Amino acid sequence: MTFDKEYYNIGLLDRLSYKNTFVHRLDPRIKLIATLLYLFTVISFSKYEVVALFPFFLYPVLLMTLGEIPLLFIIKKVVLVSPFAIFVGIFNPLLDAGQISLMQGLTISAGWISFFSILVKFTLTVSTALLLVATTSFPGVCHALRQLGVPSLFVAQLLFLYRYIFVLMEETMRIVRARDTRSYGRRGTGIRIFVRLVGILFLRTVERAERIYYAMLSRGFQGDMPTLKRFRITVSDLGFAAFVIAFLFIFRFYPVSEELGRFVQGVFS
Amino acid sequence: MHMADALLSPAVGATMWAGSMAAIGYSSRKLKENIDNRTIPLMGVLGAFIFAAMMINFTIPGTGSSGHLGGGMILAVILGPYAAFLVMASVLIVQALFFADGGLLALGCNIWNLGIYPCFLVYPLIYKPIAGDGTSNRRIAIASIVSVLIALQLGAFSVVMETLLSGKSELPFGTFVLLMQPIHLAIGLVEGFVTAGIISYVQKARPEILNASFASRPLDAGISVKNVLVVFVILAGITGGAISWFASTHPDGLEWSIEKVTGKGELAGQEQGIAPVLKGIQEKTAFLPDYNFKPGVQGESKEGKSPVWPGIEAGTSVAGIVGGGTVLGLLLLIGFGIRFFKRRTEP
Repeated sequence: MTFDKEYYNIGLLDRLSYKNTFVHRLDPRIKLIATLLYLFTVISFSKYEVVALFPFFLYPVLLMTLGEIPLLFIIKKVVLVSPFAIFVGIFNPLLDAGQISLMQGLTISAGWISFFSILVKFTLTVSTALLLVATTSFPGVCHALRQLGVPSLFVAQLLFLYRYIFVLMEETMRIVRARDTRSYGRRGTGIRIFVRLVGILFLRTVERAERIYYAMLSRGFQGDMPTLKRFRITVSDLGFAAFVIAFLFIFRFYPVSEELGRFVQGVFS
Repeated sequence: MHMADALLSPAVGATMWAGSMAAIGYSSRKLKENIDNRTIPLMGVLGAFIFAAMMINFTIPGTGSSGHLGGGMILAVILGPYAAFLVMASVLIVQALFFADGGLLALGCNIWNLGIYPCFLVYPLIYKPIAGDGTSNRRIAIASIVSVLIALQLGAFSVVMETLLSGKSELPFGTFVLLMQPIHLAIGLVEGFVTAGIISYVQKARPEILNASFASRPLDAGISVKNVLVVFVILAGITGGAISWFASTHPDGLEWSIEKVTGKGELAGQEQGIAPVLKGIQEKTAFLPDYNFKPGVQGESKEGKSPVWPGIEAGTSVAGIVGGGTVLGLLLLIGFGIRFFKRRTEP
């Protein structure tokens, strides 16, 4: 059942984010900003560039290996969400008929290049975003948001949302299992029963929110969610930031792949 | 339908981010003025509810395929526009991060398409007038179906616009619209019925939950149709203006700024000690002079003529291919190397 898998995924991401490696220890603010800068740089390449994007794989590769995140897991998730990008991109080869010659005797339509460019960008952006949460705990991300000036009310309910996803998903899993054990084949999956199930789930949710609120009141809740953990920017954070900026700058403005290619050709000719 | 990072240009992404962030800031301020703390956990838990409800699948009558709940309209009806918008934005953030649905840069677009339309446009202008004071079950049902339909159509249309303005896809406007709108009409119809069903179920079982949001809840206090319209027009003006400015003058914001800084599309790196031998090779392997390269047929026309495609020379020569392969090989080595050393150093 896809449901169990999806649930398992979000739980696994959560557990991965509490590892203790160099990447996990970096300050969440730095990681968030670095990731956004990285995404921006990747997106900024024009639609016919493919090879120039390859060096950018270095960033996710580093995050993944240093952060000890399983490769297969990331690949699976990237493939899982790829249909929309493929759907929009697949028309490029059909509509953009211009020819580009790669080498003597080998020409390719420009559309294939732009399609491939979309795929590479898609892989880079999605895997990097996933690696951000796989190496940063979600409360850490929220804390970073708070310190970067996002309103505290918004951050507070974002934290709530995350916390209760797990609880409510377990509740939903029980409901779905109950439905499935009482129905046979397709029976019981109609729209009418669905509406009732969601209605019940909704009522339970609201009642739960009331209980949570009273529990919080009795613990002194005043509309804010302070944390004990102090985040400080250390030398390794600054080092990481400098590395990312240099990395992005060099690979954006300097055609590294091409120069390397010429060098390799020079060696072998 | 979630917008994806890979289809986005920096200019469009940044503008939509700015618009959505402004809306989040505005809603938070508005909400903070008249909220009781009770609403914060309610908002958060209802966001989690949207996720949980997505996990229950149902069979769409007639087709046999299965669908699930989208959610923006239900939130707006129950929480009122400001709170509902914030919850929707959080749902999309979690989706972008954990399910990789959409992406971080496309987040601005997605919040705009799936949050702002249902909460700030459709709810006050369509749902409220039709639903009236919330006592008639039939009016509520009609209101929810119509509003979900319209909200989804607006969202789908925005996806089309954002993709076209970004100029990464070759799909012509007409085809794309014809692909997207009917699909979302069908989705919207199903989702509308489901939304109507859930709202009337809640009203039968616990009418006070809905009544609270219809009547005096402070959440609803500051909202008049006029205010909403004014804010929306201003936001639309800002974002529309910024996008069209970018799109018309500079096909691609960052590309343009790079050109301005360096005088060229990319920095030339020839003086970096590359032997003249290599230069000879480069000349020999330069691509055939007669490659014909015609610009995209229709999608391109809006963008003006972008400068001679900086990517072409760089990306398609033999050197590019060899280099690309080498880079990927090196990266594999780096990756496995780090893994190997880590394993060895660990006890």
